[in-house]
Amino acid sequence: MSLTTDDVKKVARLARLAVTETEVAAAHQQLSGIFDLIAEMQAVDTTGIAPMSHAQDVTQRLREDVVTETNQRALFQSIAPQVEAGLYLVPQVIE
Amino acid sequence: MLNSSLKQLGAALRVKKISSVELTRLYLDRIAQLNPQLNAFITVNPEMSLAQAKAADARIAAGTADALTGIPLAQKDIFCAKGWLTTCGSKMLHNFVSPYDAHVISQFNNAGAVNLGKTNMDEFAMGSSNETSYYGPVKNPWDTARVPGGSSGGTAAAVAARLCAAATGTDTGGSIRQPAALCGISGLKPTYGVCSRYGMIAFASSLDQAGPMGRSAEDLALMLNVMAGFDERDSTSLQREKEDYARDLNKPLTGLRIGLPKEFFAAGMGSDVAQAVEAAIAEYKKLGAAIVDISLPNSKLSVPVYYVLAPAEASSNLSRFDGVRYGYRAPEYSDLTDMYEKSRAQGFGAEVKRRIMIGTYVLSHGYYDAYYIKAQRIRRLIAQDFVEAFKQCDVIMGPTSPSTAFKLGEKGDDPVQMYLSDIYTIAVNLAGLPGMSIPCGFGDNNMPVGLQIIGNYFEEARMLNVAHQYQLATDWHSRAPQGI
Repeated sequence: MSLTTDDVKKVARLARLAVTETEVAAAHQQLSGIFDLIAEMQAVDTTGIAPMSHAQDVTQRLREDVVTETNQRALFQSIAPQVEAGLYLVPQVIE
Repeated sequence: MLNSSLKQLGAALRVKKISSVELTRLYLDRIAQLNPQLNAFITVNPEMSLAQAKAADARIAAGTADALTGIPLAQKDIFCAKGWLTTCGSKMLHNFVSPYDAHVISQFNNAGAVNLGKTNMDEFAMGSSNETSYYGPVKNPWDTARVPGGSSGGTAAAVAARLCAAATGTDTGGSIRQPAALCGISGLKPTYGVCSRYGMIAFASSLDQAGPMGRSAEDLALMLNVMAGFDERDSTSLQREKEDYARDLNKPLTGLRIGLPKEFFAAGMGSDVAQAVEAAIAEYKKLGAAIVDISLPNSKLSVPVYYVLAPAEASSNLSRFDGVRYGYRAPEYSDLTDMYEKSRAQGFGAEVKRRIMIGTYVLSHGYYDAYYIKAQRIRRLIAQDFVEAFKQCDVIMGPTSPSTAFKLGEKGDDPVQMYLSDIYTIAVNLAGLPGMSIPCGFGDNNMPVGLQIIGNYFEEARMLNVAHQYQLATDWHSRAPQGI
């Protein structure tokens, strides 16, 4: 499979990563090498094999629907990039 | 003191031959002296370490000390520790002072252990040489022109250089075992689910597992006794009876069946590594073990499968770093999307961005089945190989890494070459099995070689027994780098 530079740009956009033209060219070359390695998988016949998503065959636990966390807003906001009046500040989203 | 086992240190502390404060100062002085050349620690905080040491001394005086009370340890910088800078080796978290403790950290705190500092690592644990760290590469104490391995390279170098008594690592594709091998120390990745992942910054959640790194199997057993255990805050933490991982250390190895996978002894392994590993197998025969030839036919596919699954999970996990609630935010941006894109572009290093892009691609519409689901199907084949193999043997052995420590910069710009240095370790993570590495000699340029021991699920105590008996019969594990 061959990856195009447009694919790289699209993926970078989906992943919310700003990329320069130089970075696109470098990433294109390196990702192509990695996908050549990954392509080795295609030779394997996996008909009838169930996908394995997890090492242990366990089911999700349930817990009582009770509050387990205490309010630590001040502590959490002390490491935020920008806060005001207890709110996280981001650029305006809605006009 | 620097070469004492954890058991000996614990005994010395309890009979007050030395205090925890004195021991902590000893290590802090060594870190101050040697870290400038090794770069094994990202953060040290003598004030916080000494406060823990004082508390430990009080606990020892009160007669309520546990096995690790007062012992100075180091923590990989992937573990959130309250009040400590926790960077995960990334600029993205350069200012992240954790507001909470990882489960593993609180287990050590409850045990009264002292945290000496946070060890350097590949950025977000993505790397096999420690060269992707935003805080600069760690140097191998055996030869500072060489890498310590990765991603737990800071921990491995710190243990090898006697900058701490023992330390923690994490292993997603070999990140405990490969640096342990390259630095001549012991390291254990437990069965997936044995140690809680709560507060351990996520890379690939279905593969990540914390484990101990130290100078001997006996030390690892004492560390794992503290680290392991059920935690309801990790949805994949396993509910099992508490066990003493040191219980079987002294059992003889008579009748032990060691499986040697032919795929691990084929082309690709350095002749110096092969020689040391074969000598170790010969030693095991002397100790009463029998050798069984086995095959793991699909293990050769573990690298391609891993480089689909791990980046896929990483691209999802790392989407949380958006510059809004914590971590790095770009200084200039035009709108919200621009803020995300610039913060992430500036906050993440090249390897992390590469893996996020691979993961985003393999999960995107039209490619999901061909890559992600295909990789998950082969993951099952790889795991089934081990199930078959363990019908014929008790443990599996082979090399940990195809070569000894390579030179800084040697693998340069080719990510695929770097990825292949984890060729013997990755299959173990895909299957969720426990694996360890112990020193078994020296190869070219007098660099350490690691022997990998793979056990069946929940067989950590037996693996530690297998490693300990070897360490009673040999002294590779007690060798220290020159000038350290």
